Amino acid sequence: MGIKLLGIRQISSRFDLKRKWYRFSRSPLSIVGLVIAVGSIILAVGAPYIAPYPKHAGLFTNLLEAFQPPSSKYSFGTDEMGRDVLSRTIFGFRYSLTMAVVVLGLVVAPGVITGLIAGYYRGSWIDTVIMRIADVFIAVPPLVLALSIAAVLIPSVFNAMMAVSLMWWPWYTRLTYNIASSLRNEYFVQASEVIGASTFHITFKEILPNCLGSILTKVTLDVGWVILLGSSLSFVGLGAQPPTPDLGTMVAEGSKHLPQYWWISIFPAVAISVIILGFNLLGDGIRDTFVEEAK
Amino acid sequence: MEFETRLLRRQNNRVNQLLEVKDLHVGYKTYMGKLKVLNGVDFTVHQGEKVGIIGESGCGKTTTMRAILRVLASNAVIDGGEIHFRGNDVLKMGKKQLNEMRRNNVTMIFQDPTAALNPVFKVGELLADVIKYSANYGKEQSSQKDIREKSTDILKEVALPDPERVLDSYPFQLSGGMRQRICIAMSLATAKELLIADEPTTNLDVTIQDQVLRLMKNLVEKRNLSVILISHALGTVRGTVDTVYVMYAGNMIEAAETEELFSNPLHPYTQGLLKSVPKLTGAGFSEGIKGRVPDYMNPPPGCRFHTRCDYASDICRKEKPQLLNVDANKHKVACWLYGKK
Amino acid sequence: MKLSTYIAKRTFYVIFSLIGLSLLVFILARVLPGDPARMAAGERAPEWVVEQLREQLRFDKPMYEQYFYWVSDVFHGDLGYSIVTKRSVSIDILEYLPASMELIILAAIFQIAGALILGAIAGQFSFKWPDNLIRIFSYVGISIPAFVLGIILQLIFSWWFKLFPTQGVLSPGVTRPPIATGMYTLDSLIAGRFDVFLNVLWHMILPALALCLGSMMQDARIIRSGMVENKDKDYILMAKAQGMPERRIMFRYLFKPSIIPAVTVMGLDAAALLANAFLVEIVYYWPGFSKFGITVMLNKDLNAIIALVLVMGIIYALANIVVDILVAYLDPRIRLVERGE
Repeated sequence: MGIKLLGIRQISSRFDLKRKWYRFSRSPLSIVGLVIAVGSIILAVGAPYIAPYPKHAGLFTNLLEAFQPPSSKYSFGTDEMGRDVLSRTIFGFRYSLTMAVVVLGLVVAPGVITGLIAGYYRGSWIDTVIMRIADVFIAVPPLVLALSIAAVLIPSVFNAMMAVSLMWWPWYTRLTYNIASSLRNEYFVQASEVIGASTFHITFKEILPNCLGSILTKVTLDVGWVILLGSSLSFVGLGAQPPTPDLGTMVAEGSKHLPQYWWISIFPAVAISVIILGFNLLGDGIRDTFVEEAK
Repeated sequence: MEFETRLLRRQNNRVNQLLEVKDLHVGYKTYMGKLKVLNGVDFTVHQGEKVGIIGESGCGKTTTMRAILRVLASNAVIDGGEIHFRGNDVLKMGKKQLNEMRRNNVTMIFQDPTAALNPVFKVGELLADVIKYSANYGKEQSSQKDIREKSTDILKEVALPDPERVLDSYPFQLSGGMRQRICIAMSLATAKELLIADEPTTNLDVTIQDQVLRLMKNLVEKRNLSVILISHALGTVRGTVDTVYVMYAGNMIEAAETEELFSNPLHPYTQGLLKSVPKLTGAGFSEGIKGRVPDYMNPPPGCRFHTRCDYASDICRKEKPQLLNVDANKHKVACWLYGKK
Repeated sequence: MKLSTYIAKRTFYVIFSLIGLSLLVFILARVLPGDPARMAAGERAPEWVVEQLREQLRFDKPMYEQYFYWVSDVFHGDLGYSIVTKRSVSIDILEYLPASMELIILAAIFQIAGALILGAIAGQFSFKWPDNLIRIFSYVGISIPAFVLGIILQLIFSWWFKLFPTQGVLSPGVTRPPIATGMYTLDSLIAGRFDVFLNVLWHMILPALALCLGSMMQDARIIRSGMVENKDKDYILMAKAQGMPERRIMFRYLFKPSIIPAVTVMGLDAAALLANAFLVEIVYYWPGFSKFGITVMLNKDLNAIIALVLVMGIIYALANIVVDILVAYLDPRIRLVERGE
């Protein structure tokens, strides 16, 4: 039983993409979210090429032009070191989205797998152990947990990412567990068991596809959450350190110069909000499209 | 007694008319468009009369009833028609008058007793509210003790054992049959003239259905109520009411005295309906009616049944037939087979 | 099950989570690279000082022993010794926490009141402009991190419009009332200094708003959905059919079931205020535990960090329990139904 490679058309029909797109596009807010999300990704990936002053994103000093208000030369103004705020903000997108990608990349697979296992063996000791561990993490508000873990680490972008990853996986476990365990006793699962399908097959071929919609929704919404957490950590000083152009760090640095040089803080702050808003809207749109309405 | 009622009715038709619905059009607004459910409903209830309405699920029976009391869902639109209760147009009534009608004249029993009782309040609290705001409205308020006493009495009237315990319970702690009895009790807490029962026993266990139905019959007799009974169970209707209306896709398509209707159905739909009831004796399967219920978003023009009718002709596809007398007030039908020539 | 059993269960569950949390942080702190004793003593301290510190803080003992000592200490009210402030952490926390708590409590009050009012308005005017406006605000509100909102509010209402003070808890020149509870508001009331009380409140408004605005909007939406969904439920329509006055239906019958799904979320959000307070306090230089917290975190003051995390965890747990109790009280189905889960 090898892996079948599917063409675009086959993927489209297998996942009913055309109809899903139709449904998705009916909501203008979802489209807005999609545009923002795609825009953010483009900015993040193409930062060195899009930013007008890419060198400003690193160690750069030009004190002669420090504290310039927004102008035609520097659209977002310059900060206390004379660096172009616009360029740094664009690079900030890069850091934020990288963090989201890394964290979610690390977290989704283990979380989902543990959730599937716990859901399949529902009622047994495997279930109890896994879910109790997950519950410990879930019981604490995310920020508290993130702060606690990051607090004992040396502040850096990498460590911030690790801290968030460590506390994030249980949410996927819980999500998958809920769906898997409710499906566990559905007829189609039991039918598969009766004809002797292996556990592997059942878990991955029968149960998992039903979870994909919810997982996809959560991943999209989580991009927003991870960025929110990451920027909060940076703001506090536990994440990216200056001169790294992380959006949270920039807001923190700029807050010292309020209100006269408001642009140093405000533009990155708005950027954070816009990214999160975009992914939230997108996530809502995905939820409405992919997750079956249980009405 | 029955003959006299019939005679009276034929003689002064207009005079003791309690409720008259004329050409009622009701639709529901949805994301995808408007569902034009009621397409000109006509029916009448006279004083002391027991009217049954039969029809498949979704044909608009509940919508019509809710329109009478104006308790339609918030996405409902009344597109036209009149509803006269004792000569007053309900659709044009002001809030005060409407509420008065709801308190003193007309009452309704809903189909699903579980959904009809607010789940976060105790039965006693719900009943007390009904007494305070219906029976005692405008009058001096009774004491807690009196209300409690009255509630207990009402529950005893609907044959609920251990009324004290019931009053202190939440609806979800009681059985379906008990819940429906409570709903009946609530609706008859004050004196009313017209009782609308929307499939009161459909959601109950078969064993309970009979009990509740008999209870209702008793109360109706005792209080001399006029009744509109809705059901899609033909048997229930047959043994209970004087007049039967048949409804299909938002129209009343036939109306007659009970036995007359069952022995001599005129409309092709009614004929099909009666034929499709499985018989316990004799050979062969019962026939269904070919085709499906129309789509309310784009209903067929003219007579809404013409797509499934074996006798459909050109005019059926173009013009909607009116509900007209065919036998000197004994039998009405809305069908071009019997229409004006 | 009875309410007390329910509470006991929840408490146990929450304590269990707390233990897990403390264990996690404890282990992490000791496992990671870096010598805590060295960090505590400072770069230039001679080796024997570091040794002494290590012994004093018990860093030389095996981990499980350390944990054991720590737990017993906690039960004696001793949360350890802070390297940064050079005194017992318990004292530090007692000094800084009350100010944070009063900010959080005010924010919680704003949040709940705001959510209820806005949710009711959105529900009443569903799909019209108040509803849409609230909807847009809720999307925006949940997307803006607390510290961003704090900065924006500060910029607009403090710097540009000069309506509120920019930072701190008391205006310059206003002296702090004698410390009784540690909360500025309560202390000023106890001391009878009403003017100070008002001054403190004035300083609290912006940070409290920054804390709760996002969650408030979200909760309002949930309440609104509840109301819209329940508006057409049978039990509401039945109340209407009974002629009950509209006011009473809205505020009693519709309200209670509609807010139940929201209460859980509102409670969780209120508890999460705790974490966001950390960030907002920084923006407004509020003399709460954030300044203390950041200092100890940046300086790797392990004892203080763990103690702080523990305290935050306990508060969060308590808030959760309160919410659970509230929900169980409001929805009888949750506390009375205990069928095989």
